[in-house]
Amino acid sequence: MQRIGVFVCWCGSNIAGTVDVKAVSEALGREPGVVYSINYQYMCSEAGQNLVKDAIRDQKLTGVVICSCSPRMHEATFRKAAASAGLNPYMVEIANIREQCSWIHKDMATATEKAIILGRAAIAKVQLNAPLTAGESPVTKRALVIGGGIAGIQTALDVAEAGFEVDIVEKEPTIGGKMTQLDKTFPTLDCAACILTPKMVDCAQNENITIFSYSEVQEVKGFVGNFRVKIKKKARYVDETKCTGCGLCTEKCPQKKVPNAFNLGLDTRRAIYIPFAQAVPKVATIDPDYCNMLKNGKCGVCAKVCTAGAINYQQQDEIIEREYGAIVVATGYNPIKLDNFEEYAYSQSPDVVTSLEFERLTNAAGPTSGTLLRPSDGKHPHTIVFVQCVGSRDTSGCGKPYCSKICCMYTAKHAMLTREKYPDTDVYVFYIDVRTPGKNFDEFYRRAVEEYGVHYIKGMVGKVTPRADGKLSVQASDLISNEQLHIDADLVVLAAAIEPDKTARSLGTMLTASMDTNDFFTEAHPKLRPVESPTAGIFLSGVCQGPKDIPETVSQAGAAAAKVIGLLAKNKLTCNPCVAHSDEWMCNGCSSCEKVCPYGAITYLDKEFRMPDRTVAIRRVASVNEAVCQGCGACTVACPSGAMDLKGFSNRQIMAEVDAICKE
Amino acid sequence: MQGMNEFKPKIVAFCCNWCSYAGADLAGTNRLNYPADVKIIRVPCSCRVNPLFILRAFQRGADGVILCGCHPGDCHYTTGNYYARRRMTLLFSMLDYLGIEKERTRVEWVSAAEGAKFAATMNDFVATVTKLGENKRLEDLRCKQQ
Amino acid sequence: MQAAMISRAKELLQGGQVQRVLGWKTGEFVYDITPAVFQSVEELEAEFVYNDFCGNNLSKYLIKESRQPGKVLVFLKPCDTYSFNQLVKEHRILRDNVYVIGVPCEGKTDGETLKAAGVRGILGLQAQGDRFLVETLYGSQELEKAQALPERCQNCKSKKHVAYDELMGEEGQVLQSGRFDMVEKLEAMTPDERFNFWRGELSRCIRCNACRNVCPACSCEKCVFDNDNSGVAQKAAANSFEENMFHIIRAFHVAGRCTDCGECSRVCPQNIPLHLLNRKFIKDIDTFYGDYQAGEDTESRAPLTNYTEGDVEPSIVYQRGGN
Repeated sequence: MQRIGVFVCWCGSNIAGTVDVKAVSEALGREPGVVYSINYQYMCSEAGQNLVKDAIRDQKLTGVVICSCSPRMHEATFRKAAASAGLNPYMVEIANIREQCSWIHKDMATATEKAIILGRAAIAKVQLNAPLTAGESPVTKRALVIGGGIAGIQTALDVAEAGFEVDIVEKEPTIGGKMTQLDKTFPTLDCAACILTPKMVDCAQNENITIFSYSEVQEVKGFVGNFRVKIKKKARYVDETKCTGCGLCTEKCPQKKVPNAFNLGLDTRRAIYIPFAQAVPKVATIDPDYCNMLKNGKCGVCAKVCTAGAINYQQQDEIIEREYGAIVVATGYNPIKLDNFEEYAYSQSPDVVTSLEFERLTNAAGPTSGTLLRPSDGKHPHTIVFVQCVGSRDTSGCGKPYCSKICCMYTAKHAMLTREKYPDTDVYVFYIDVRTPGKNFDEFYRRAVEEYGVHYIKGMVGKVTPRADGKLSVQASDLISNEQLHIDADLVVLAAAIEPDKTARSLGTMLTASMDTNDFFTEAHPKLRPVESPTAGIFLSGVCQGPKDIPETVSQAGAAAAKVIGLLAKNKLTCNPCVAHSDEWMCNGCSSCEKVCPYGAITYLDKEFRMPDRTVAIRRVASVNEAVCQGCGACTVACPSGAMDLKGFSNRQIMAEVDAICKE
Repeated sequence: MQGMNEFKPKIVAFCCNWCSYAGADLAGTNRLNYPADVKIIRVPCSCRVNPLFILRAFQRGADGVILCGCHPGDCHYTTGNYYARRRMTLLFSMLDYLGIEKERTRVEWVSAAEGAKFAATMNDFVATVTKLGENKRLEDLRCKQQ
Repeated sequence: MQAAMISRAKELLQGGQVQRVLGWKTGEFVYDITPAVFQSVEELEAEFVYNDFCGNNLSKYLIKESRQPGKVLVFLKPCDTYSFNQLVKEHRILRDNVYVIGVPCEGKTDGETLKAAGVRGILGLQAQGDRFLVETLYGSQELEKAQALPERCQNCKSKKHVAYDELMGEEGQVLQSGRFDMVEKLEAMTPDERFNFWRGELSRCIRCNACRNVCPACSCEKCVFDNDNSGVAQKAAANSFEENMFHIIRAFHVAGRCTDCGECSRVCPQNIPLHLLNRKFIKDIDTFYGDYQAGEDTESRAPLTNYTEGDVEPSIVYQRGGN
């Protein structure tokens, strides 16, 4: 039998003004199991807490009910007080007689009656409480960053700087991501490579950072502090430890007709390649789809010219298993495919390009060495039309419903730079709205319009038609002057919407990290926990969480790193003890609970049971990993036999509350 | 039922800890009135509410049971309310199929910021149940003779 | 068919591919069919039957039988294979320990149904196309199958075997049936009429637990109603609330898992149309979440352990007819 103490708080006049606290403490004092009941002006004050502590000791209380404000306010306070007096903190229940009683009722009789019932419900519940102990789990002091773009690089550098090991897994042969392909960056117009490549080199040189390039995450198991991850290192047919990155092989390879992915297919490369001069790691990779040696065993030129003996045609994919305490998702984005936007003639004319292709066409390391030339005839374009929101803010289903956020600014940048370098060029920008929130962003856009004379036209391009003379006939509407426009353009640039990398969805499933309908990762709280996934130990960095520009990405990457450091700095993690628990004798092993668990906290074991008839049976039973379970209780209802229950909110506890409330 | 004593319904409200319970607290903080007939039971998530609890409440004399959780898509546990939504849809449909007044049960999504919605919801629900009168179709007389 | 089944079972038993055979045998009366395990060729020859009374769904017995040493051969009718799949999906049947032979079914009747059709003193039964030829103590009698088959067979949902290692006879088809007609009729009634209908039915419940014991979905190691710690344990339904409670919860626990095999209604000694509760859930699931047939496969996610972001809100119940 429990010995329960009831403590009714006046909260000054907040409660006592509407609730007859004396009547409440007297009525509750008569409840079965209650051995002590008092009321006091401020139960949360030091004197009030001492009342609770003293009563626990003197009255040998086994359970405590505090009738006060919301448990969201002071449950932790009173649990701590109980623990300091030697009572298990989970033997404390709060009856919310302020927010849910005194503050909403005016009539004292009514409010007092309700306060008594709420108190009874708390007493009924605490009768069935059991002492709970928060478990602990160790923390592996290493972080995994998935994706080696600017987001991943920044997070890795910050975490490494704090003294923890970090692995970067990058699916391409080099880290650097999309930013390596950019020319200049808005609004300062500094060169992307100049600010990014030093960071890439820092990553390579940092002792705490290991880069797994040309690799993918294949399997994730475990939970916060204790993830076990399988990484597939794809065969690059070059021994990374031997290759010096001299690049001789990439000049001698006879297979010259490989579309150069780094330049978005605007030029070609060899079958063995280093994506770009500043690649990290600077190691060659053989493209198995084009290499003659790998395809039909005839060639071997690269092996002959490699003085380091790094070429290995027999190399196989390798699986590496590593343990991590925290995982950061930094999988980034891609421009969408433009198949649904045939009206812009992207597939019909090489002179209709995406903005990212335009970056390459203006980049000194690009296919035209930085001179803006039309892909079709290599001539200088004199009229350029930029089309914004190609697939962004599109509710028709062809594109994406969201704003890609970066397009307004990079289009302003493209327009401005073009006008600066080639003042004889006419530049038109078609837009729905120009969105420029951000430090110095609007000023930047206004310069494009005011100083550089870019023609901004509010309206949509309806159709782009390639003509026989090589011009592109652009039909558009000007919504402000309400007229149809016809522009003969030399080049059309499409600001294609960006979407999460296609690997994100499968990764989200592996990590049990939730995603929204657009495959962006969801944050634990949109405002207050923006870099954490709702799954403990998974953090978000960069565009994988939502469209953002470089400054925002870098700040979020730093924030994610701070969260990772905070986690890895701990030696042990305390687990929430109000977790699910399965009664193995009743469990059917049917897997219903596992299906609804958002955290993957439930696994199944084949366990031997000594049955009542002395036979031994092997049964499949659910087992809850208490360090992973967050205590939502979805499994408890999915379980038909009632084997699964939730500590602290057990079936019997909740029913006892129901009973107490419904009692006359 | 409109006899000497005005009928006061008994209403059990299951509220998820993260959104609706906080919404109820906010209603209190803002001093928004709703009838004292509503008594709240705090659960971690709407998906913790077993149909057994709802039947239990009716058995013990409740006249109405309402379940409040985070808006779909905002669940603290990401998916809990999606399961709760399916379970309750089917359960309520079954109660209706058995001829038990469907207005005695309700699900409402109330966020932590919607104190006003919480109070309005409770006022409306209490009014609806009051109009229906005592729960006679899912009662356990033994529990009423006290 | 019976002879072919016995001979195939003998082959598999003698060849050592299986160690036991799960089938049917006759009790004291010809319509008194009971599931049975046969260990030897002799037992098979002496007692194994397969006739138009073999309605029993053998799937549930495999929960236990598939955990015994060796492999068990089971004969499953089309509708039994749905329960079989569902139990495999829930890891209740160990698939590797079972050899399934699908056998055709043209509808199975039972003593109760024939008696209700006015037949007394049944000695034997033969199907001839759409008719049954019943041999009785009082001579032969001919009945249309439409009269002599229980409701579940008249509204047969599928003649297709969804799981088997070997098939005897032709591969069947999933059928269009009118199995939701009665549910629709009830839905169209007023709440008062529905309440009275169900009170009339459920008040007859004697809590014998036959429905629970025969149901392949009700295969819990320990039922909540038997668990003193569940807070809802009850041995007998003491009043109308408990009658409702038991059947609502039972139907809810099997919702999305019930294959609509109809065993519950077949075994109910009080002839309560329990399948109408399960079918209500099946119909609702089909309407709200898209067509779903439990047991059709062993991988798909059950409707109650699944969701879509755009699912209907519970308030849809208020918007629908029957006021």
